[in-house]
Amino acid sequence: MFVPHSDLDREVMLKAIGAKRLEDLFTDVPKHLRFPKLDLPPAQTEMEVLATLNEMAMSNLSVRDAICFLGGGAYHHYIPAAVDAIIQRGEFLTAYTPYQPEVSQGTLQAIFEYQSMIAALTGMDVSNASHYDGATAAAEAVVMAYHNFRGKRCTAVVSQALHPQYRQVIRTYTQGYPGFNVIGDENTAGDPLAEPESLLPLITSDTAIVMVQYPDYFGRIYDYTKIGEAAHAAGALFCVAVNPIALGLLKPPSDFGADIVVGEGQPLGIPLSFGGPYLGILATRKEYVRKLAGRLVGETIDSEGKRAYVLTLTAREQHIRREKATSNICTNQGLVALASTVYMSLLGRQGLRQVAELCYHKAHHAADRIAQIPGFSVCSGAPFFHEFIVCCPKPVEEINDYLLNYNILGGYDLGQDYPGLENHMLVAVTELISAEDIDAFCEALEEAVND
Amino acid sequence: MNTPSDRKYTQSDEWVKLEGDIATVGVSDYAQDALSDVVFFEAVVSVGDTVQAKTQIATLESVKAAADVNAPLSGEVIEINEDLASSPELVNSDPYGKAWMLKLKVSNPAEYDALMDAAAYEAYCAGRSH
Amino acid sequence: MTEPTLYELSSQGRPGFRFPQPDVPLTPLPEGFLRKDLNFPEVAEVDVIRHFTRLSRLNYSIDQGIYPLGSCTMKYNPRINEAAARLPGFAHLHPLQPVETVQGALELMYELQSWLAEIAGFAAVSLQPAAGAHGELTGILIMRAYHQSRGDSARTRVLIPDSAHGTNPATSAMSGFQVVNVPTDAAGNIDLAVLRTLCDATTAGIMITNPNTLGLFDQNLLDAIALVHQAGGLVYGDGANLNALLGVARPGDLGIDVMHFNLHKTFSTPHGGGGPGSGPVGVAKHLVDFLPGPIVEIVEEGDEDMPPLFGLVQPKKSIGRVKTFFGHFGMFVRAYTYISMHGPEGLRAVAENAVLNANYLLARLRSAYKVPYDRTCMHEFVLEGRWEDAPEVIALDISKRLMDYGVHPPTNYFPLIVHDALMIEPTETESLQSLDAFADVLLKVADEAHQSPQLLKDAPHNTPIRRVDEVKAARDLVLCCWVPEAESN
Repeated sequence: MFVPHSDLDREVMLKAIGAKRLEDLFTDVPKHLRFPKLDLPPAQTEMEVLATLNEMAMSNLSVRDAICFLGGGAYHHYIPAAVDAIIQRGEFLTAYTPYQPEVSQGTLQAIFEYQSMIAALTGMDVSNASHYDGATAAAEAVVMAYHNFRGKRCTAVVSQALHPQYRQVIRTYTQGYPGFNVIGDENTAGDPLAEPESLLPLITSDTAIVMVQYPDYFGRIYDYTKIGEAAHAAGALFCVAVNPIALGLLKPPSDFGADIVVGEGQPLGIPLSFGGPYLGILATRKEYVRKLAGRLVGETIDSEGKRAYVLTLTAREQHIRREKATSNICTNQGLVALASTVYMSLLGRQGLRQVAELCYHKAHHAADRIAQIPGFSVCSGAPFFHEFIVCCPKPVEEINDYLLNYNILGGYDLGQDYPGLENHMLVAVTELISAEDIDAFCEALEEAVND
Repeated sequence: MNTPSDRKYTQSDEWVKLEGDIATVGVSDYAQDALSDVVFFEAVVSVGDTVQAKTQIATLESVKAAADVNAPLSGEVIEINEDLASSPELVNSDPYGKAWMLKLKVSNPAEYDALMDAAAYEAYCAGRSH
Repeated sequence: MTEPTLYELSSQGRPGFRFPQPDVPLTPLPEGFLRKDLNFPEVAEVDVIRHFTRLSRLNYSIDQGIYPLGSCTMKYNPRINEAAARLPGFAHLHPLQPVETVQGALELMYELQSWLAEIAGFAAVSLQPAAGAHGELTGILIMRAYHQSRGDSARTRVLIPDSAHGTNPATSAMSGFQVVNVPTDAAGNIDLAVLRTLCDATTAGIMITNPNTLGLFDQNLLDAIALVHQAGGLVYGDGANLNALLGVARPGDLGIDVMHFNLHKTFSTPHGGGGPGSGPVGVAKHLVDFLPGPIVEIVEEGDEDMPPLFGLVQPKKSIGRVKTFFGHFGMFVRAYTYISMHGPEGLRAVAENAVLNANYLLARLRSAYKVPYDRTCMHEFVLEGRWEDAPEVIALDISKRLMDYGVHPPTNYFPLIVHDALMIEPTETESLQSLDAFADVLLKVADEAHQSPQLLKDAPHNTPIRRVDEVKAARDLVLCCWVPEAESN
């Protein structure tokens, strides 16, 4: 309980108000519905609550106590201790959205630096102050393209190797746009692992946006120059969804002509936290800056000419535009964006390259080893970053059950999202996986098949 | 407030100057003052488009407000002021001159007669609280 | 002193964070895909810590003092929340782990779903939406899906009171609805006479914030809800102001069909300088099947020996996913902690004391500020920040002057139906001393507005920076630490 009043305080206050009892302040609430009895557990003290929570937490298998080969859009990376030290500072933790710039320069400058580093990483001119997560950033990119063409182009062409949940969220977001279609991922060709060029015939004068993932959902690295050119030739926008750690090593999507870059920023120093809060990356070229959803921080000066930062281009947003705004978002992922800013600044160019290379080498070593296990094969068919597909001799779920005996969290069962990829496991390897972990994984896989 | 008498005005604060069948369109001094410092102008129609009176042709933004600019008359867009996108502050400094927004070839000149003249518009503005 | 940017602190080649050397054989890197350069700052850890520590000191925060932003519910954020969310068994779970390995997390989500449903009187809750506005979008898409499932495609309009947050109309438009404004009557309630004329077979629903943004419990609420229901529409409740209703009234009992919660307001999860929020959505029985999935259910009942098995289930006619995975789990842990520590009586005490604090402040300020809708308020109230006998001063000046006295200003210019609004929400966690100190400052500033208005016009004087040039920021857009190449050429 965090109400600081004594009974005496309350008496003084009620007297000043001119009320006899607290209840008298609630006479506007319909009497028959006033003060319902809530069926909730009785209040506990901090000590008791923490004990309960600890017990619940202990019943979970933390990736810290396991060897984790799960990826699929969320990755177990090392987080330098300095990151949490900064985001626990009350001045960042307990501040509101920086509407009053004179007393929010800390938050504003940190966001400005976030925008700068995301722009550098993606090769775009402008990043917003962040979005909810990768999927919602992808959906906002589609909405942005729809409005960019004033509703005249009604198709989004998305790769089937774009994260399945991103595609689901795009479909949810576009329900309200009459006649809008999301195509390209229906598995019509029957080959979920088809090359990206299979999208080319779908790009037409009705295409508002073309979206691919880099590295793609299966970890593969493709050159998207041709797709970008085709999108532009048709007058459409080209959007690339990225993994920011991979961009420490790989050339930015601007090299493929991307107009919008989206992505999941979780790998940049954000704990897995059972799926959130994460960080939506949303960046674009400067000609589209006014179509960009979400908060933006700009540099300016104060009345004495000192450099200062402020939320800018706010007339695009819902509190001014109301029903004419193209997005209703009115937050960003503030503290999570700050964590990623601290992470990126700690690592710098060299550190980010180093972690990306570690992931790359370890993933390739793991893939080489797994390919040698009888019954298993690695079927990526293209260069890959830190995630790859393993074709298994039996259902992935059975294998993963077996791996749990060794506290190994096996890869993701692709059959859940892709008919045709039953018995296919998506394996992710980060810098936290050691050579011994890979040995243990391979031994357990071998046993699992013979089990 | 400045209200030139060589043109007519709408209730949504656009001015229109008709020369032959060519109409030049912008927003009034009253409108620019209410918006305060304009930071953004964008035409939402293109040359060659046909527009109906009272439908949106452009957007204006200041740091605290956004406003639609509507077509005072129906017609075909024949020219858009390209300077305004890079210098939106012209809307504040010269609303009746350099801040013209677009030119229309009007399809129904009779619509012009229904608009307010300068005196009527001034009276209309005086009747509104700011 | 202006704090340099990270880029200005950077020095080429300065060593940063180091990772171990690879313990596996190296594989050739993918030629043709390699990045040539990356414009990141190069700083040492000590530079990073000092930079962000200095930046933090330029911020105002709840930890420093009262943060009376109306409709934002800036209450104290208990530190136990942070400790709980950082327990390794919560903070380090992968969202795609087999459900058997995350039963504790699912149990926490299941209980939070049921508790939120109980607190607000709903049949079911989805925790997935990421923030309040995201919850609104979810709720309005549910409204849309409900009408469509009944073949009722004529319902194209959403009614929104003129006192609503801007997110309400923006959300409705995003969901493909036409927005119709409903005026407020002289007492600060929904204008029933007008509402009656607006409800018809095209009404998809109404979005109601209650208590409304004037801080008033709408005295016409039950009648307004009945009108919309009679017309076949649904009622969306904006849960932004739920803090006033905890244990006081359940929105579901009042007739609201669907509502979002703001865990970052009502349930004390930190605002973090603008996020992450968390915006779970609760629905009445007839809308349960439309919730975004997955939600947590008991998939195998337990018995004396075995606990129940929790699993993830997709509702039958779900609008679909609104984000990846299950929502902001870290925020769920914090809200769960907060509710556990309060229990039913504690939650009611939160609302009662929030309302007490607001009414006390209102009583202290009434003599110096005009109260446009003056009756017993709920958790917040709205003053006019202008005086006829001090014509130069506007609400913004008052706000800026408050900063000179070391307190955060209230919400300005909202709701739109009050001229120069100052919207004040003290929350229940401010003590009598804190409220008195804040009231004293507001009274002093009212006095200054009349005696020496220039002091307000020039404020703030004592903050890290003075008033900023927002026009320059918008006209000469500088959105990152360097000028993009195309412009520097």
